[in-house]
Amino acid sequence: MRWMWIDRVVELVAGERLVAVKNVSLAEDYLHEHFAEVRDEAGVVVRTALPVMPGALILEGMAQAAGILVGHAEGFAEKVILAKVTRARLDREALPGMTLRYTAELVQQSPQGASTKGRVELFDHGDADAGWVEIGQIDLIFSHLDQNMAGAEFPEHNFVFSESFRTLLRTSGIACDF
Amino acid sequence: MNRDEIFAKIQGVLVEALGVDDDEVTLEASLAGDLGAESIDFLDIVFQLEQAFGFQIGQGELFPENVTQDPDFVQDGLVTAKGLVMLKERLPHIDFSALEADPQITRVAQVFTVDALVNFCERKLAG
Repeated sequence: MRWMWIDRVVELVAGERLVAVKNVSLAEDYLHEHFAEVRDEAGVVVRTALPVMPGALILEGMAQAAGILVGHAEGFAEKVILAKVTRARLDREALPGMTLRYTAELVQQSPQGASTKGRVELFDHGDADAGWVEIGQIDLIFSHLDQNMAGAEFPEHNFVFSESFRTLLRTSGIACDF
Repeated sequence: MNRDEIFAKIQGVLVEALGVDDDEVTLEASLAGDLGAESIDFLDIVFQLEQAFGFQIGQGELFPENVTQDPDFVQDGLVTAKGLVMLKERLPHIDFSALEADPQITRVAQVFTVDALVNFCERKLAG
């Protein structure tokens, strides 16, 4: 079973763009083990330690959103795996009760893989008037596992887009018959 | 676009894709040996060259594919004479003379130099 880091796909334009959301919930175990405090330039604590979603998991959320976009464009025929993070910038933390929105755009696609650009936005339910605020950008490269240049062979079934992904697609109203 | 302009664009691509400094990107530098490119970086370089120059690069057109798995082309860790002929035919932008002198398969990566990228782009732009 894959650990899904997006809750729902809210928009999908085939071969162009996918938008997904992730609600950060205090019910998630990792938040009870990942605290961060904020210090100023002099090293003085200006905010006490609070549970925050690790940046690596935000990156994984974008990888799942962008990976679905790439896979969908190819009818989920390819085993799409994250190969390279070409650019990643996160300016702000995501705390419990906030919602992340990932917008992934397909930039290039070839038989060997694809590149995507991504924008990360945050909605703070405690400051709803601020609306969606951009907090980062994550650009990625995906490889098609069976087209790798080394010629290595992998299992025939598509283990990347597993039942967890298919459940997500179905709950998002996306046709899923593979 | 002249050769210097092509080199300057490629330099920008490699700085971006490999996180190296401008002055490390010389014509003689090999992508893997000198600039630290790993296998997935080659796909990144292909994508970035397509964007920088506005042309499409076909599968296996810039870098060889599946050569090492073919016993006709590689035997006992050495690139065969048939393999060298194939490589030179498919990839005329690459200087294989060093590989001809010492055809160990482990040396194949060293022939992928910045100069080979400049040659490739020059040929593509010339149509």
